[in-house]
Amino acid sequence: MFQILKNVSTISFMKWRKLAMVFSAVLMIASVGLVSSKGLNLGLDFTGGTVIEVGFSQEANLKDVRGILKDNGFDDAIVQRFGSPRDVLIRLAPRQDVKAETIGSQVLELLNAKSEQDVKMRRIEFVGPKVGDELAEKGGLAMLAALICIMIYVALRFEWRFALGAVTALAHDVFLTIGLFSLLQLEFDLTVLAAILAVIGYSLNDTIVVSDRIRENFRKLRTGLPSEVIDISLTQTMSRTLITSLTTIIVLFALFFKGGALIHGFATALLFGVFIGTYSSIYVASSVALSLGITKEDLMPVEVEKEGEDQEEMNL
Amino acid sequence: MLNRYPLWKTLLITLTVIIGFLYAAPNLYAPDPALQISGIKGRDVQLKTFERIKSKLDSQLEIKSASLDGGQALIRLNDLDSQTKAREIATQLLGDQYTVALNMAQTTPAWLSAFGASPLNLGLDLRGGIYFLMEVDMRDLMKTTHEQMVLDFKTDLRKERIRYRSVRMGNDGVDLKFRNEEALDKALTLLETNYRTTSFKQLKSDPLALRASMSPELLRQTKLEAVEQNITIIRSRVNELGVAEPDVQRQGEDRIVVQLPGVQDTAKAKELLGATATLQFRLVDPQASPNNVPADSKLYQRREGGTVVLKKKVILRGERITGAQSGFDENGMPQVSIKLDAQGGNKMSEFSKNNINNPMATVFIEYKPTGKVDGEGKQILKKVEEVISVANISTQLGKNFRITGLDNPQEARSLSQLLRAGALRAPIQIVEERTVGPSLGKENIELGATAIVLGLAGVLLFMLVYYRGFGLVSNVALGANVVLIIGVMSMIPDVALTLPGMAGIVLTVGMAVDANVLIFERIREEIRAGRSVQQAIHHGYDSAFSTIFDANITTLIAAIILFSFGAGPIKGFAITLSIGIITSVFTAVVVTRAIVNLWVGGKRVDKLSI
Repeated sequence: MFQILKNVSTISFMKWRKLAMVFSAVLMIASVGLVSSKGLNLGLDFTGGTVIEVGFSQEANLKDVRGILKDNGFDDAIVQRFGSPRDVLIRLAPRQDVKAETIGSQVLELLNAKSEQDVKMRRIEFVGPKVGDELAEKGGLAMLAALICIMIYVALRFEWRFALGAVTALAHDVFLTIGLFSLLQLEFDLTVLAAILAVIGYSLNDTIVVSDRIRENFRKLRTGLPSEVIDISLTQTMSRTLITSLTTIIVLFALFFKGGALIHGFATALLFGVFIGTYSSIYVASSVALSLGITKEDLMPVEVEKEGEDQEEMNL
Repeated sequence: MLNRYPLWKTLLITLTVIIGFLYAAPNLYAPDPALQISGIKGRDVQLKTFERIKSKLDSQLEIKSASLDGGQALIRLNDLDSQTKAREIATQLLGDQYTVALNMAQTTPAWLSAFGASPLNLGLDLRGGIYFLMEVDMRDLMKTTHEQMVLDFKTDLRKERIRYRSVRMGNDGVDLKFRNEEALDKALTLLETNYRTTSFKQLKSDPLALRASMSPELLRQTKLEAVEQNITIIRSRVNELGVAEPDVQRQGEDRIVVQLPGVQDTAKAKELLGATATLQFRLVDPQASPNNVPADSKLYQRREGGTVVLKKKVILRGERITGAQSGFDENGMPQVSIKLDAQGGNKMSEFSKNNINNPMATVFIEYKPTGKVDGEGKQILKKVEEVISVANISTQLGKNFRITGLDNPQEARSLSQLLRAGALRAPIQIVEERTVGPSLGKENIELGATAIVLGLAGVLLFMLVYYRGFGLVSNVALGANVVLIIGVMSMIPDVALTLPGMAGIVLTVGMAVDANVLIFERIREEIRAGRSVQQAIHHGYDSAFSTIFDANITTLIAAIILFSFGAGPIKGFAITLSIGIITSVFTAVVVTRAIVNLWVGGKRVDKLSI
């Protein structure tokens, strides 16, 4: 049988715990620093404005397109290639002086009249500034709500230390992914937000599998040393962790390379998130639970109370 | 015995999978390009008309099939080219009493339709079309309502001979001022009985003043009615556009979502949907001059220049118009013939009878953006009123009459189109638009499908190599999973597949095998620990289950939150992800177990292919 890890003895993951924590802390601070200094390249969904994607019949000359737009009052237009060399994306900031919803058709007519090629409309998106603000607010709320609901569920099903560990890991993944988007100045739009929520789902999946095994081993194994139990559990789940990451990465590569320019950001966020999520379920979730002092006793099944027992407790 | 399912369980699982396949099956049949012909204002297409258009089309191109059902004609064609050509022919033949819409007609065989199975709805990003989010501007509605209140109060007070100092529009209501308390008391009693839904309050700053404002209930009611009325009107305007499956819905308190699949001419759609133009008919005030405008009259600009003073009282508004046709008058000038409903007809005939030889003006009202934004970020619209024609009432008018004084035939045509569709109760503006051209839609489908196929192939190959026999089992389950997702999505009528939705399917494919990996790794562990094959399978499935359940519930929580957040492109992703999570637990745990049980369950097996 094929095996990724062949009969390995226990890997001492927790030995590197301190180092990993410093590493994660540095990355998180760096992400926060990046976002607050460089900011995010927010997409149309959040900033409002107009995006027009046009298809030229032959390779498009971006310089000409910029020139035409500039000569006709669209000074602030951002013109870039999108996907193939014939497709061009034009981004315009929200404006007050023209009826915003007509900008798309205006630009299209303009390009058709002034450029020597045949220009076809592929996509027009217009988001009013108010809607943009609303989407940004709702997006942030969704992220928070997801984290809180998940924390409650994990706390109910497991133990508060695990819940805190799980949510720290998730927040870690979210921060780092947003940090990456800030570092590379990739466009951050609604689909990227969706991808980050999917990363939360994925990373959580991993964290739960690991936590589940830790709980089981605390109950089953003789050794009570928490770090040892965690090491054993992580080793046991390691091949599963790697295989699932691998299959997920396979499909994400398919999306990244073949899914088209529209979901490039989505695939990028998820690819990065899967790497980070795998790491965080090992080093963030478990080590937070460990630092919070998880012990064998915390995870033993609740013993059935005997009759009369609760009366004594009331006397305390 | 270990690892055996009772027969009924195996059958039930098989049945579930078969049902999923049945509902997914209609997606295998490519739709036909078709024309959908319907009469405007809900009128039926008659058999005679149907035969006429059918034979005309038949003579010029090849028709696949044609049917008349529920007053709508559906003509199927062989390809997209003949669809475009057919539309031209049909539009020319039928004129503007019918709408001819392009459509993709489904080709689900009858035996599948009998189960209620139909293909997936495709989102606008996959089929091309326009999505609009529109916001209703309530300020203008309030203003009109308050204006009407001022007029009504004045009339009532005069009738009862209650003397007042002034009745004026205030900030959020109407202010009435009186000379003495007696008049105020009398007026209060009178108005409170006459207008039960309006609240009257004495102002603290001025004991002789009243403020009339709408009660919160009435306010909400008025807003709701305005939005509902706008929706009705937008629906009829959409019909003018000729869209096969339009969707117009209210969203929140003051927004309307419009989805127009297949529409390519976005400029025209926007012009027609967003247009706020309407007409009013008013009497010219013969005594007044521009320098001397009485209180019950107002000065208007004329389109061809100059001014005219009109009475404030409106004879008739655009909403009474039921039909409008553009054409030319005797002098070859553009005109619009107008038809009124019964109530409007009575009003007009009553009015014109008493006003023969008096001049009546047609006021054209339009809302234009000012470029300014209010505190909430809403565009402030400006009401532009223009008199387009003034004509003497020569005879008693009835339900039919015409207006002239338009600039050109195009204007006559678009005005008649607008009048037919009705006037919006309150102006609207587009706050979000997403338009996808048809070629991009098609590309998106191809891209999404390629990503799904490639991702699926990669995962299948990996599982087969890594787990061999059991890998094959999980591959069968994975295939069933994709089919089930499509089946379930086809089953739910309001769910549409979008590009992010396809990304969701791809992601589900990658993550769905996780459950199988968990189970298979457990089985391997159990075997390594020295358990028998049957024991190992039994324990593997058992102990992996709670992990699988917890892991998927939490992902489902994230997906549901994503769904309730619900902005267009994200919703599609959340839907496929949620459905995928549920179906994948079923296929990865239940379906694989059934197969494994049939395969090795209860047999003497020494070595597993895992």
